[in-house]
Amino acid sequence: MTAIYKHILGGKQGAIGLAILAALIFLVLPLSLDIFRLNLVGKYLTYAFAAVSLVLLWGYGGILSLGQGVFFGLGGYCMAMFLKLEASSPENTAIQSTPGIPDFMDWNQLTQLPWFWQPFDSFGFTLFAILAVPALLAYIIGVAMFKRRVGGVYFSIITQAIAAIITILIVGQQGLTGGINGITDLKTLHGWDIRADSAKLFLYYLNGALLIGVILLSRFILSSKLGRLMLAMRDKEDRVRFSGYDVSNFKIFMFCVAAMISAVGGAMFTLQVGFMSPSFVGIVPSIEMVIFAAVGGRMSLIGAVYGALIVNFGKTFFSESFPELWLFLMGGLFIAVVMFFPNGLAGLYEKYGNQALAKLKGMLRKPAPPAEPVNEVAATPAREAA
Amino acid sequence: MSSETDFTLAVEDLTVSFDGFKAVDGLNLYVDRNELRVVIGPNGAGKTTVLDLICGKTKATTGSIKFKNHELTTLSEHEIVRAGVGRKFQTPSIYENLSVYENLEISYPAKRGVWGCLAFKRTAEIDQRVREIATEIFLQDSLDMEAGLLSHGQKQWLEIGMLLIQDPELLMLDEPVAGMSVKEREQTAELLNRIAKGRSVIVIEHDMEFVKNIAHKVTVLHQGKILAEGSMDKVQNDPKVIEVYLGH
Repeated sequence: MTAIYKHILGGKQGAIGLAILAALIFLVLPLSLDIFRLNLVGKYLTYAFAAVSLVLLWGYGGILSLGQGVFFGLGGYCMAMFLKLEASSPENTAIQSTPGIPDFMDWNQLTQLPWFWQPFDSFGFTLFAILAVPALLAYIIGVAMFKRRVGGVYFSIITQAIAAIITILIVGQQGLTGGINGITDLKTLHGWDIRADSAKLFLYYLNGALLIGVILLSRFILSSKLGRLMLAMRDKEDRVRFSGYDVSNFKIFMFCVAAMISAVGGAMFTLQVGFMSPSFVGIVPSIEMVIFAAVGGRMSLIGAVYGALIVNFGKTFFSESFPELWLFLMGGLFIAVVMFFPNGLAGLYEKYGNQALAKLKGMLRKPAPPAEPVNEVAATPAREAA
Repeated sequence: MSSETDFTLAVEDLTVSFDGFKAVDGLNLYVDRNELRVVIGPNGAGKTTVLDLICGKTKATTGSIKFKNHELTTLSEHEIVRAGVGRKFQTPSIYENLSVYENLEISYPAKRGVWGCLAFKRTAEIDQRVREIATEIFLQDSLDMEAGLLSHGQKQWLEIGMLLIQDPELLMLDEPVAGMSVKEREQTAELLNRIAKGRSVIVIEHDMEFVKNIAHKVTVLHQGKILAEGSMDKVQNDPKVIEVYLGH
């Protein structure tokens, strides 16, 4: 029991940080927002999966992937393919020249469901594919790169190129993928209307639970010897290699885990937003994911969630009011993070938040304890927490 | 070529050429069990390159490296380590963000696969071994300290300890006393003499006092070739050696 407490929850600090996050996701936000806004937060939280995966991969492993959007997108597309097939039953598509296939295929003169779409009839297979397809791609990329000792900037550039390639592939193969519009008009899952308010609420909670689950899983990995080895590899890769470890295997493993975590986010995105398109796959979303992790703190799993939430709130707010300014603001934010607070919000919290809290405690020793400050970025000290 | 030998390490006709420049040129080197060999030579003589070749960091152009009659040139780095060859780098190469304990624990030779690392549990046996090694390298009181906070000399010891915990049969140390105080040097000499028992040790060193203290046999390298080999006295009095190296 104590081992679980210490390793997975991350001791007292980690458990408190997680409890505050859970309270925010499961109580504060649902109670204070209408279903439209809550659905929006749900969408932001799907990006948090990618941000968490980058904490593992980049923060701890020192491997900067500029292609997490690819895995996010693959997870999302797998889910979208299943939902699209269900939405394209022969009855629903009776007016098409070939009923029973997705509408965009019909528009592109396809008369038969392509082979790789067929297994997505099965929900069980779809769930499997959401994890397996991104993991397989990550494995292939990982073996090709890490076994040849490609690392650092070169790895980042190649992942970025892959993000571009996959986007072009999806856009170009309109008849097979829905092209630039993506896969739209998703309605039901086994007859359950995912557009209803009750479904949105359920999916929001499911998303939150999965996110907490992913954070716990990540903490388990980081608290194992593998986590210490990741840090060791980031510092002195050669020393690890000359201690008898096959470094590339560990990198491949972490890259696959990060891909699967991002893919879960992508699948939940499709379910909550109701479509998937190449605009969530390419270079720009991939870099945005890195920014979420950087702003939240690349050494803090919980910080990454706050990073995703805050940057996306900012994006929504600013792009509603000053659409043309947002990109500059985000660029500026990234530069500011890199230059002035490299450990992100979690680092700031560690530096100033703990002092402030201690002061607050001293001042308020006698009266009742202060209400939990919601905007407190409850990022735990990275090392102990994770 | 494939002669059976009793040596722990038998390097034969080893050559490596970088764009035509032969950093190591037709080298033959034999190291016995229980032997502590020191390799000296002026800068650029190829000393570090020889260690790089043995541990697999650099691939040989031609020649063979046999460790207990097993060819090493075809193995990858981690396989060479697992075969029983440990190597310390010139600048202390330790994990600064981990504690001394964790540094040693990671180096403990068990569960070196991905799944093994996930399932790894700190056993009493490992704990005991870590503490044993820490005592040997004079760091028993700093186990919980972050390794980055150690003094330069202590970092050197820690890296030696990280090798010792793997119990290698061949230990290669690249300038183990660089940056150490006089007292630390003495302690290190004593440590090396102690750990040389039951294994073979190759040390690269510049400090002649220190070499005298530890060496069983000295090999002098010059321009990738062996210039002289033998006891410290013999080597020091060799006119060729005096000319290229000691006389400078």
